[in-house]
Amino acid sequence: MIASLKKKETFAHYLATLKFALYCITHPLDGFWDLTHERRGSLAAANTILFLTLLVRVMKLRYTSFIFMNVYWEGINIFLYIASVLFPLLLWVVGNWALTTLFDGKGRLGQVYMATCYALTPYPLMQFPLMIFSNFVTVDEMEFYTVLSVLSLVWTIALIFAAMMQIHEYSLGKNVLFTIASLFAMLVIVFILLLFFSMITQGVSYFISLGREILFRL
Amino acid sequence: MRKIIKRVGALLASAVMLVGSSLAVCASDNGSYSFNYDYWGDVQDSPDAYTVQEVYTAADLGLEKNFSNPQGMFAYDNLLYVCDTGNNRIVVLEKIENAGFRVKQIIDEFRGDVEIKTFSNPSDIAISEAGELFIADRGNGRILKLDADLNYLMQFDKPVDNTLDPTITFTPNKIAIDTAGRVYCIASGINKGLIKYENDGVFSGFVGATKVTYDFADYIWKRLATEEQRAQMESFVPTEYDNIYMDHEGFIYAVNGNASDDDLDSGAADAVRKLNLMGNDILVRNGEWFIIGDLYWGNAGGYEGPSRFCDITVFENDVYVALDRVRGRLFAYDDQGRMLFGFGGNGNMDGYFRYPAALEHMGQDLLVLDSQDCAITLFTPTEFGRLVYQAIDQFDDGNYAASGETWQKVMDINGNYDLAYIGIGRSLLRQERYREAMEYFELKYDDENYSKAYKQYRKEWVEEHIIVIFIVVFAVLIVPLAIGKAKKIKHEIDTADIFRM
Repeated sequence: MIASLKKKETFAHYLATLKFALYCITHPLDGFWDLTHERRGSLAAANTILFLTLLVRVMKLRYTSFIFMNVYWEGINIFLYIASVLFPLLLWVVGNWALTTLFDGKGRLGQVYMATCYALTPYPLMQFPLMIFSNFVTVDEMEFYTVLSVLSLVWTIALIFAAMMQIHEYSLGKNVLFTIASLFAMLVIVFILLLFFSMITQGVSYFISLGREILFRL
Repeated sequence: MRKIIKRVGALLASAVMLVGSSLAVCASDNGSYSFNYDYWGDVQDSPDAYTVQEVYTAADLGLEKNFSNPQGMFAYDNLLYVCDTGNNRIVVLEKIENAGFRVKQIIDEFRGDVEIKTFSNPSDIAISEAGELFIADRGNGRILKLDADLNYLMQFDKPVDNTLDPTITFTPNKIAIDTAGRVYCIASGINKGLIKYENDGVFSGFVGATKVTYDFADYIWKRLATEEQRAQMESFVPTEYDNIYMDHEGFIYAVNGNASDDDLDSGAADAVRKLNLMGNDILVRNGEWFIIGDLYWGNAGGYEGPSRFCDITVFENDVYVALDRVRGRLFAYDDQGRMLFGFGGNGNMDGYFRYPAALEHMGQDLLVLDSQDCAITLFTPTEFGRLVYQAIDQFDDGNYAASGETWQKVMDINGNYDLAYIGIGRSLLRQERYREAMEYFELKYDDENYSKAYKQYRKEWVEEHIIVIFIVVFAVLIVPLAIGKAKKIKHEIDTADIFRM
């Protein structure tokens, strides 16, 4: 693996796939089609984009002006904060794949993950400059920041939508349906997880109390 | 709106995934006597702003008969009028410099052309500039106006108004008078606002009814309910005020101790209102938190629910102090509605209360009347309290540099005092030391003032560095152009025919 990284071509390919993210976000329909069908994307690049997204999100806590972001540091848990991105992402990828694979979706699990990560590109791309920009404005000029910030999120969501449509080779109507269904699937997964954990807790506590009872009687 | 955005931002940043984050810190039950809330609403222990100077009981004052359920007080110069409600009398105390209070007079009857010349459960008293006494004679259903020598002048009776239930007995509880001799009164069972009488005794209307609060769910339920169910439900009517105070500018501060928990928590109801002549609320609410006393209402020790204000008093510098009868605490707010300090509690020690009923001030001293303990507690400001007042006064007077220095002294005593940072910042801002001011504002998250300072700082910076900026812009625009031009010329030279051999 390390050896292969040293190869110049591998690195060149990685850079090319990373650069392709810029094409994807400006030409979503075309770009996301080529991403999987023409193999112009790579998981390495997807991981990089995700990492950058997380990095920018964490950096924002510290470096955004306090006018826009007031952080109650005592209440911050950096791992939970990172998980607040990763967990929904994981749910989305799994939920979306699990559903679409049953309904003629052409995308594989890895491809859903890759496309979703590529669609996150506008977030670090816009939020990082915004973070710096925020330190040079006053409350009166707040609207610039807010509008651009919202724009980056809207762009990201639109890209995720377009990405799913292209990699699964869905029509628009079908894609809308399955986007909603995927969101619902996420809820179901959360519900099952909660159920699972509470069952485990109950089960374990049952055996613990059983053990205690036996110890008392002995 | 901005505050909401800020809150949402703060929540997003801190509490997105953090269920049960430490935001819900409990009130300082094991903390110090005095406290404050910081920007985040966390309880910050504070040095005492007031200490108990003396607690006066009837025995201490040399009265033969103990106080019985005293309800009202009024401070006038160095005189303190105490309504000894249960004994149907008014005790006048005189404050003697460095020697505390002494009984000056006991009023239990008056002269004049009226049938009943005694009081029945007098619950409040007010003195006009001319020294006339206005007494809420609750048991007799009248407000008395006596002259300084206790001669009957006139009385204010039950208002004559069609909207008022004729069966209701008139029981004036609390009164306030303005400089023109108009009387404002709170009476039990009358919730249309304050009853206002002109100085000739004519009832002239109700002013400043509390906001009626209801939410959509209530409304839907009401529509669905039957006639009988509806009668059982709470009706959407304004609540009565609990007490009023006429400040030195003629505005009425009214406290309402009956609002529901949810309404107070969401800011739908006001515990404190400042009414102008029209009865509109003009209280400034620029603080980070609502003016409701305690922010957290742990129900322990038999006390539950929000603070219930039963009296309020206003200093000359527009700082007002409200008295909470539930937990026996006093809360001081400045003219912007930011909390200065809170202190007190329930108990039997000095400085703690059993059922506080009235609050007054003499100069900077505070007087609290406890109706169950039958005692008057005299609080005097400490060094810390005095410095806070001094800094506020200096800023109001325009002595910004001096105010900054005083706030610095406050900060030396209490490093957790947000207002000290903002005060220093504001003073620096006025002295045009923007960079330093920004630092102080940023420390305590004052974005409005920070922006003011930053705007000036940015302007100054641009003016100072205009040449550098110009050069940089010039360089960024011109240099690539020049390079392009040079390349083009070079290309032309390279490809020129004359050099081609």
